Amino acid sequence: MTAHSVQRPHALSIENLSLEFPTYAGAIKALDGVTIKVGNAEIVGLVGESGCGKSVSTMAATRLLPEGRYKITQGSIRLFGRDPMAMDEEELQQVRGKLVSTIFQEPMNALNPTIRIGQQLVSVIRRHEALGRKAAEAVAVNILADMLIPEPARIMQAYPFELSGGMRQRVLIAMAFSCNPGLIIADEPTTALDVTVQAAILRLIQGRARRTGTSVVFISHNIAVVSQICDRLYIMYAGRIVESGPTRAVLDRPQHPYTRALLRCLPERVRPKEPLESIPGTVPNLLDPPPGCFYRPRCPEADTRCMEKPHETALPGGQAVSCWQRAGHPSLPSSEVPS
Amino acid sequence: MVAINPEDQTAAGRVSKRSRLHFLWYLTRRSPLTLVGLLIITLLVIMIVGAPFIAPYDPNKVMLSARLMPPSAAHWFGTDEVGRDLFSRVVYGSRASCGAAFMIVLISMSIGVFLGCLSGIAGGIFDSAMMRIMDVVLALPALVLAMALAAALGPSLFNSMLAVAIVRIPAYVRLARGQTLSLRERVFVKASRTFGASNLYILRWHMLPNALSPLIVQATLDLGGIVLIAAALSFIGLGAQPPTAEWGALVSSGRSFILDQWWYGTFPGLAILVTAMGCNLLGDGIRDMLDPRLGTR
Amino acid sequence: MTITRIIVPRLILLFFVVFGVAIITFAISHLIPGDPARLIAGDRASAETLENVRRDLGLDRPVTDQFVIYVRSLLHGDLGTSLRTRRPVAADIATFLPATLELGILSLVLAVLIGVPLGVFSAIYKDGPIDQIARTISVCGISMPVFWFGMVVILLFYAKLQILPGSGRLAMAFAVPQRVTGFFLIDTLLEGRFDAFLSAVRHLILPTFVLAFANLGVITRQIRASMLDVLQEDYIRTARASGLRRRVVIFNHALRNALIPSITLLGLALGDLLYGAVLTETIFAWPGMGTYVVTSIQTLDFPAIMGFTVVASIGYVLINLVIDLAYMLADPQIREVG
Repeated sequence: MTAHSVQRPHALSIENLSLEFPTYAGAIKALDGVTIKVGNAEIVGLVGESGCGKSVSTMAATRLLPEGRYKITQGSIRLFGRDPMAMDEEELQQVRGKLVSTIFQEPMNALNPTIRIGQQLVSVIRRHEALGRKAAEAVAVNILADMLIPEPARIMQAYPFELSGGMRQRVLIAMAFSCNPGLIIADEPTTALDVTVQAAILRLIQGRARRTGTSVVFISHNIAVVSQICDRLYIMYAGRIVESGPTRAVLDRPQHPYTRALLRCLPERVRPKEPLESIPGTVPNLLDPPPGCFYRPRCPEADTRCMEKPHETALPGGQAVSCWQRAGHPSLPSSEVPS
Repeated sequence: MVAINPEDQTAAGRVSKRSRLHFLWYLTRRSPLTLVGLLIITLLVIMIVGAPFIAPYDPNKVMLSARLMPPSAAHWFGTDEVGRDLFSRVVYGSRASCGAAFMIVLISMSIGVFLGCLSGIAGGIFDSAMMRIMDVVLALPALVLAMALAAALGPSLFNSMLAVAIVRIPAYVRLARGQTLSLRERVFVKASRTFGASNLYILRWHMLPNALSPLIVQATLDLGGIVLIAAALSFIGLGAQPPTAEWGALVSSGRSFILDQWWYGTFPGLAILVTAMGCNLLGDGIRDMLDPRLGTR
Repeated sequence: MTITRIIVPRLILLFFVVFGVAIITFAISHLIPGDPARLIAGDRASAETLENVRRDLGLDRPVTDQFVIYVRSLLHGDLGTSLRTRRPVAADIATFLPATLELGILSLVLAVLIGVPLGVFSAIYKDGPIDQIARTISVCGISMPVFWFGMVVILLFYAKLQILPGSGRLAMAFAVPQRVTGFFLIDTLLEGRFDAFLSAVRHLILPTFVLAFANLGVITRQIRASMLDVLQEDYIRTARASGLRRRVVIFNHALRNALIPSITLLGLALGDLLYGAVLTETIFAWPGMGTYVVTSIQTLDFPAIMGFTVVASIGYVLINLVIDLAYMLADPQIREVG
C-alpha cells in the first residue's frame, strides 16, 4: 500500500495537525499534532474513545466543522493532493460527495424526514453527474440494489421514517457511494445498529470499496469492529495519535499501554468467568491538559520521563508508537495480551 | 461530534469561577446585544429606585406659565398642557409602568408555577383536568380577553393588571408542569429518592434550582411583552387614569397634541420601547447562554 | 382511519373552547359592577321600565337559566344589541369586519414576505453582522408599542413630509364603493374607479406598515430559532457532506423543515395580530372592528365588547384549527401513516 502511494498523492494526508475550539472558558485543544495518511484503495481505521478527536480530524479535512468556530494552529491537510483549507465554497461542494463522501452515525436523523429517499439520492447524483432525472433514478435504484436493499424501486418512493435503522444506514451508504468517490469517511456507521446488522453493513462497505478501489477511513470506538475490515489502524487518545500500524501488527503486538488496555477491555478477548477490565481514571480536560503524555494519569507503566511529551518511535513492520517506555526498546516485546 | 464537555458549553456555569469583568468582556465580544439589554435594565432599575433624585421637578407640579414648552435645558422632554415637566413624569412613570408589569409577572408566575408543579406532582385526573382547562384558555386570544375583562372590572391600573395577570397564568402552568415532569424522571432526582429524600427536600434542592433558569428566562421575556400590554391598556383608557404619571397614559394624552407638540407623546413612548427592548435583549441573551445546544460561543 | 384520528380530538377541543368562550364572556358580563338593566334603560327610567327590561333580558331568572338563554342566542348568531349604535352587534361586526380583514391580511403577507427571509439569513449568518441587524430589527418589532409607533409614523409621513394620508380608508373626495367584498382594494376596481383604488392604496400604506412591523419581529425571531434548530440536524450535515449547493441545503432541506413547527406558532401569534390591529385601527381611525371595540370600551357598551370577544375568540380558534390540520398534512409521517 505505502509503496503504491509514492507515485500518486495519498487519498487523505493529515500532517502534524493541531486544531482548537476557542470558547468562553478558553481554547479546547481538540487535536495535537495528528498525522494520518490514507493511501489509495486502502481501508484505514481510526479508533479511540468518544471525544478523542476522531471525527474532528476527518471533519476538518472535509471542512464540515462549523466555520469560524475552530482554529488550526499548525499542520496541513491534503485531499488527493489538494488543500481543502484553500478551497472556496463552490470547490468544496464539488469535492464533497464526488471526491470524498461521508457516512454518518445515527441513521435516525441523517436523512431528511420530509423528502422521499429517491429524491434525496437523485439530487446528490444529479449534483455531481451530468445525468437527466430518469438516468439518475436508474443509477439510484442500481446502487440501492447493490446495497442489498429489497425492492429498491419501492424504497425510492418511501420517506425515511418508513424504513428500519439498518435500511436507513444502507441508504446512507448507497448515497455515499453513488458518485463513485475516491475516499469514503465512515464515521461510526454501525454504532447505532444491532450487532447482527453491524456485520452485514461492514461487509457492504468493505465489499463495495474493494470492488471500486475506494479508500475508506473507518471511525469507531470499537477496536474489534474496525479490525475486521481495516488494513491499518490509528489509535487516538485525547487529540493525539498514540499508536499506528498494520491491523495485524497492532492487534498482535500492541505497543502503547492505552492500546493494550483497549484490547483487554474487549469482551470477545476475555475467557468466560474472568473479570472484564476497564481503564481506571478519566480522559484529561482538553481545556487545560496536563504536561507530558496525556495517558500518564491512567497509565500503569508511567514514570518521570512521561512528564514530557513522548515523540513517535517507528518500529519495524510499519508500526509506530508514542510512548517513552518503548522509545529505548526497538526490539519488540512479544504479545502481553491474552488472545 | 466535538470533544467538549457539556459543562464547558454553558458559559453561565463558569461565571462564578471567573471574574465578573471577564464575563462582561465575553458578553461584549460574543453578544453585544445582550450587553445593551443588561445596560438598559440596569439604568431602568436605577431610575425606578432613584426617581426622586433623578427627576428635576415634582411630576405633578402644575406650572401654567410653562405650558407645552418644547424640550430645553430646563425641561429636557418639554412640558405638558398644564406645564408639568415631562422628563420628571417619564422618570416617575417608570414606577407605575414597570411596577405594574413586574407585579403582573409576579402574580401570574406564582399562581402558574404553583398550579403547574401541583399538577405535575399530583398527576392523574387532577393533572388531566388542569391541562384540558389550560388548553382551552390557551386556545383563546389572551389579549382580547384581557381587554374584555379589564373593561368589565372597570378602568383602573389595578384592574388591568389583574386582567393581564389572569390571562398569563396558563403559560406558566404549562412551563412549570413540563419542568416538573421532566425533572421527576431525571436520574439525580430518582437517585435522591432511593436515598430516602423527602418530596419537600427534592422540591427544594433538586426541582426548584433546575426549574428556575427556564422560568427566569420566560419571566424576563414576558416582562418586555407585559410592559407593552399594560401601556396599551392604559392607552385605550383601561389602565392607569390621569393624572397618574404612567407611560401609556402619557402617550394617550400626548396623542391629541402630536401634530404641534411632538415631544409630548414621543418621549414616554420611547421609554416604553427602550424598556421592552431591554427585557427582550436580556431575556434572549440569558436563554442563549443557558442553552447548551447553541454550542460553544 | 388516519385523518379522523387527528380531526376528532381537535373538534372535541374546539367544542370545549367555544363552550369556554361562552362561559368566560357570560361570567365577565356578570362581573360588571352595577345593574345591566339600568345601563340599558338609562338613569331616568322608572321602576316599572327597569322591571320590564329585566324580564326581557331574563335577569329575574336563576343564573343557570340565564346562561342557557345566552348560549341559545349565541347559537342563533344573536350577540345582543349595541347600547351605542342601537343595532344588533352581529350586524355591526359584519359592517366593520372587512376593513379589519383587509388591513390584517395585507400586513400579515408583508410581515411574512420580509420576516421569513430575514429570519433565514439571520440564522445562516449567526452572530455575524447580518444576524445582529436582523435581531435588532426583530427585537424592535417585538418591543414596539404599536400605538406609539403609529403616532410617530403619522407625525413623520403625514404631518411633516405630507406624502401619505394618516387616517381613514379613502380620501374625502371619493364616494365609498358599493359593498361587494367590503375590501376597498377590490370594490373600487370592480367599479372601475382607478383613482379611488389608488387612494385606498395610499391610505393602506401606513397602517399596514405599522401593523406588519410588529409581526415582522415575531416572525423573524421564530424562523431564526427554528432554522438554528434545523441547521444542526444530522440530515443537514448529510446534505452538506454530499456537496449539495448551499442554496439547495438551506431552502429545500432546512427551511422546509423549519417552516413546519413555525406554522403552528405563527397561528398562535395571530392573537397578537388581532390585538395589534385593535391599536393600529385606533391610531389611524380605521373603520374596523378594532376602532369599534375601543369606542365600545370607552362608552361602556358591554354587549358590543362581549360580542367582539366571542367573534374574535371563535375566529381565532377556527383559524388555528385549520392551521393545525394543514400542519399535520404537511408532515409526511402523519399524512402517510397517521
